[in-house]
Amino acid sequence: MAQTIQPPRSYDNTKTGIKYNRTGGSGSNFEMIGWLFMRLSGIVLLVLIFVHLYVNLMVGDGIQAVDFGFVAGKWADPFWQVWDLAMLWLAMLHGTNGVRTIINDYADKDGTRFWLKMILYAATVVILVLGTLVIFTFNPCPPGAAAELLPSFCSAS
Amino acid sequence: MSKTPAGTLYRGREGQWSWVGHRITGVVIFFFLLVHVLDTSLVRVSPEAYNAVIGAYKNPLMGLGEAGLVAAIIFHAFNGIRIILIDFWKKGPKFHRQMLWIVLALWAVTLTVFLIRHLPNVFGGH
Repeated sequence: MAQTIQPPRSYDNTKTGIKYNRTGGSGSNFEMIGWLFMRLSGIVLLVLIFVHLYVNLMVGDGIQAVDFGFVAGKWADPFWQVWDLAMLWLAMLHGTNGVRTIINDYADKDGTRFWLKMILYAATVVILVLGTLVIFTFNPCPPGAAAELLPSFCSAS
Repeated sequence: MSKTPAGTLYRGREGQWSWVGHRITGVVIFFFLLVHVLDTSLVRVSPEAYNAVIGAYKNPLMGLGEAGLVAAIIFHAFNGIRIILIDFWKKGPKFHRQMLWIVLALWAVTLTVFLIRHLPNVFGGH
């Protein structure tokens, strides 16, 4: 059975005698920058997340040791604040661009595609703002909290 | 004769399956990330609120979920490196299949090392 494969939905573009079936695009480099960002952020995220998993889940008692005192102890150090901030932003932007690509691929109707992406972007903004505020407004020794729940340096004043 | 087109270099082979795996693990990681930022934000509410929610991550069922999540992250990370090599390394496209088997081998080794540490923490009777 002969199969006819339709040409891509784009206009014919000829450059130096070679015919490319590609869209003219909007003249913006956005998709190329996005493509490059996925690769660059991916490499950085590999390092950020592998260290995050090692420090939080593999050292000592792992998940059993994670509590308020553990997080407070880490974020008392600007090193881990910056680490987690970089991880938050790069991971959210990398993930949002990935899900955006998937929505573009599978949502056929213009309206569906538009609204799914609006929901995605709204979620991204909320998570980025919330996460950033939490990292920088966090108090490791909240007044009135039970001392045994806090890191040891809270009572050392 | 089969009604579906015959196999191609890509369809149904290493290239397509690694693409499927990359998408699925990516979506799983993204949704966990949303939840993870929300649960971590509870440190801003109170130590009790955070400890109550993070306590849920310590039961055995969630411990297995974490193992699955880490498995997804390791695959996505190593296969991502493979994608970069296919795009930027001259011989990347030629060796993309061999690189997938390397990715899977490194994935198995890394996941095993993680589980040797993680599973006793989850099931160790703390």
